[in-house]
Amino acid sequence: MFETIAYSILNGVLYGTLLFMMSSGLTLIFGMMGVLNFAHASFYMLGAYFAYTLGLATGFWVALFLAPILVGAAGALVERYGLRRVHQYGHVPELLFTFGLAYVIEELVALFWGTVPVPYKAPASLDFTAFSLMGLDYSMFKVFILLVAIVMFVGLWLLLKKTRAGLVIQGALSRPDMVGALGHNVPMVFTFVFAFGCALAGLGGVVGGIQFVTDPGMAFMMGPIVFVVVVLGGLGSVPGALVASLIIGILQTFFLSINFSLAGAIGSLGIEDSGFFGVLWHMETTRIAAVLPYLLLVLTLIFRPRGLFGKREA
Amino acid sequence: MATNTAAGGASNLLRFWPWVVIPLLALILPQIFDSRHGITLLSHMGIAIIFALSYNMLLGNTGLLSFGHAVYYGLGAYVAMHVLRMVNDAGGEGLPLELIPVVGAAAGLFFGVIFGSFSVRRAGVVFAMITLGLGALVHSSSLMFSDFFGGEAGLFGNRVAAPSLFGVDYGSNTNTYYLVVAWALIAAIFIYLLRKTPLGWMANAVRDNPERAQFVGYNPTIVRFIQFALAAMFAGLAGGLFVITDEIVNDESVGQIQSGIVLLGTYIGGIGYFIGPMVGAALVTVLESSLSSYTEAWVLYFGLLFISIVMFAPMGLVGIVHTQYLTWKAGGWKGNTGIRLYMLLAGLVGIFGAICVIELSYHYFRSWDPSAPFGLMGFTVNATTALPWLVSFGIAIIGFGLMLFHGKPMLARRISATSEGGNA
Amino acid sequence: MTKRNALELKAVKKNFGRAEIIRGVNLDVHEHERHVIIGPNGAGKSTLFNLISGRLKVSDGSIKLFDKNIHNMPAHKVNRMGLSRSFQVTNLFQNMTVMQNLRCSLLWSEGHKYAFWKSVMKQDRVTEHALALAEELNLSSQADTPASLLTYAEQRALEVGCTVASGAEVILLDEPTAGMSRTEANDAIQLIQRMTGKNTLVVVEHDLSVVFELADRISVLVYGEIIATGTPDEIRNNAAVQEAYLGTEVH
Repeated sequence: MFETIAYSILNGVLYGTLLFMMSSGLTLIFGMMGVLNFAHASFYMLGAYFAYTLGLATGFWVALFLAPILVGAAGALVERYGLRRVHQYGHVPELLFTFGLAYVIEELVALFWGTVPVPYKAPASLDFTAFSLMGLDYSMFKVFILLVAIVMFVGLWLLLKKTRAGLVIQGALSRPDMVGALGHNVPMVFTFVFAFGCALAGLGGVVGGIQFVTDPGMAFMMGPIVFVVVVLGGLGSVPGALVASLIIGILQTFFLSINFSLAGAIGSLGIEDSGFFGVLWHMETTRIAAVLPYLLLVLTLIFRPRGLFGKREA
Repeated sequence: MATNTAAGGASNLLRFWPWVVIPLLALILPQIFDSRHGITLLSHMGIAIIFALSYNMLLGNTGLLSFGHAVYYGLGAYVAMHVLRMVNDAGGEGLPLELIPVVGAAAGLFFGVIFGSFSVRRAGVVFAMITLGLGALVHSSSLMFSDFFGGEAGLFGNRVAAPSLFGVDYGSNTNTYYLVVAWALIAAIFIYLLRKTPLGWMANAVRDNPERAQFVGYNPTIVRFIQFALAAMFAGLAGGLFVITDEIVNDESVGQIQSGIVLLGTYIGGIGYFIGPMVGAALVTVLESSLSSYTEAWVLYFGLLFISIVMFAPMGLVGIVHTQYLTWKAGGWKGNTGIRLYMLLAGLVGIFGAICVIELSYHYFRSWDPSAPFGLMGFTVNATTALPWLVSFGIAIIGFGLMLFHGKPMLARRISATSEGGNA
Repeated sequence: MTKRNALELKAVKKNFGRAEIIRGVNLDVHEHERHVIIGPNGAGKSTLFNLISGRLKVSDGSIKLFDKNIHNMPAHKVNRMGLSRSFQVTNLFQNMTVMQNLRCSLLWSEGHKYAFWKSVMKQDRVTEHALALAEELNLSSQADTPASLLTYAEQRALEVGCTVASGAEVILLDEPTAGMSRTEANDAIQLIQRMTGKNTLVVVEHDLSVVFELADRISVLVYGEIIATGTPDEIRNNAAVQEAYLGTEVH
């Protein structure tokens, strides 16, 4: 049991840091612009694919820097020529626009790279066992992901706390109606924040694509979970996104790694493996892991719509 | 004042002609597309229309954006399927087939009341997220509770082994189609009439200004709740009809893709018009079934169409036609009809070029042998040579270029010239 | 003659976080009187209205409407108990026509509730009442014009009409003449007096000439407290009021 817990925490933290790379950008975008970007995970996917293709030519280390920049540029184009136009119609059309965009990006990725996963692998320089814990090997790449996440978190923190641009963003997060009064070029700030959030998601994709799988379905897999994280953490709250990412990461890994059902633990008590309660009684935790995020999403929205750390309701 | 009369006349026209034309079409079309495939497609269209109309009770009428409306469609279908199977098991005795959709509607209403009770407290993003979560939850559950949902294979029924109220033989696809038409007509009439009731009016009021609605005595949550439950009921009705036409239901019917398609179709058609969702649903059904059989790119076309509508024509396809009709009626086409037609033609040319580019891309990137000759718009081309690409891009750029940078400024100049002339 | 109180506020407090916006307001509004609340910007007048109308919850204290507690009730319940309000910023159903706005405002008070089995247009009492209101508001010729296409003054008039339409006994108007020219404001005040003859009226107003023309009694709200209540003459001669408020604005 202890091994399982240790294992879950390690892998859960790893998964959580990946979630944070995506959710921090999404929550910034939502907090400032009020846009719940449905296509956010699509930029995560673009990050992985860009890094894969660039990596073939330049190697992983150059791609690690270039791919997020390219994704950010793509995000800037989307904001400038798509979202800004839709903005005048209100928030629902904005949501619909990003919803349609997610479809289109997925199709374009499938068009250019095919529907089967691409062989996107960790570079040889990171592809060795860093340490072993209780018989399980941890690759250097996993350690690297943690490092990237920590560097990103520190960088984000410094940006928000120590720079002028960060102060503007922070001010806007708590009082979105006041952005204009700050005397800044609001559309420019929006484009920048959107591009920046997309670049963060792209960075997540660069490492996430290696850790998991790089195929056109990866955005659809990750998208809803990122929403869950952002809602649970509190829309617009970066620390909330961090905490929620770790909670979801650890919980989901934990449920996946233990093989547990009420029937297995307590005994079937004569309850048959059918009917509503029967199925629940015999349900294995690995299956619960798939629905857990959605359950959390719905429960959070019903009972605490501002999430764990949010200051205002969605 | 002239515009007002035009608007009044147009809305009168819009109000009445669909009730004649659409049922007529529904009766004529099966004579033309009388293949088995054609009739099935028409039946699916009818079902999609009911589903889209029910969806628009939320999005268009109440301003509620749902990402999980298939939950009620699918659960309605499952419950209807269980009843149909009971009828089958009883040797074809019991509820007549014509009333199976009512079972679906009741199930939709039941789940609409349950899920609606906690999801409509807020509109906007919160509501959208709750429906997204619920949709995913129900979809995942459908794969877990295989007793009720039949697992991945789904559930089968037999529409012939059920009694008929009127002694109709539903072994014939055409007869089943007419059953769909009958129910679609009934549903459309009810959904249309609902818009005229105090509830329907206050749904619009709550959509536009929930606060003001409170200060005339209405609780926005209850208005949304009743609308939501009724919309779920009609979605369940559509699900029940699907059970009859296809005799199978599986987890896809409650899935996110089904929820996404009804949203896309409704919006493409135009959420501000009663016939908008009908047009959109019919279009989407045709595109989905016919386009997917001869191009892989149909999802891409679909997504691009949707994005273009969101960006350039938020009132949907029906909105485009209606706006042009109003302008024409008000005399706005006078002296510039040629330019408008020219812009339309240039736009179509541009779209044609874009389609060529997309089809070439699919062939180039996705086929085993990109250099194999391939038929494009009647020409046999080689996608590894530059010529077809140059021509396709050329057509697209020239088409859109003429529309946006020649036709559009010309139209603006002509209109301003005319209005100045009018004032002088 | 002792008059019944339409509204009674006792020690009402409201704070947002640590900022106390309303600091213990006591206010009686008699039935059928025209009560005007004045005060400098930021005194909390709009907050006070939001508390009374159920848009905000009070932090402490009680609000009674005809001797029944209404504080912390949701807005639609307060409305059903006989209180209606207008807003500082025009707040209509912008996509609806004048008649549709009026009809919507009448549906609940005519008892149609959430009915989904009858047509709005066939409710003759609603139609008659709405037509009569349009006539009173001088908007008959605009009956089928969408609210968003009306002039500003017409929109404000329609808002007054919608507020009165629900049949509420107590009407709250938040700066009904804000942003209007002198003549428009005069017309608006006449309209309000005509439309609300039988009601109890509570008005927030900036324009002091309007205040003294309209008011039976005036309350002065400064920094979340009512420093004086009285007839226009009493208020004019109140030293505290002059010091806090009037002295700077009345010439």
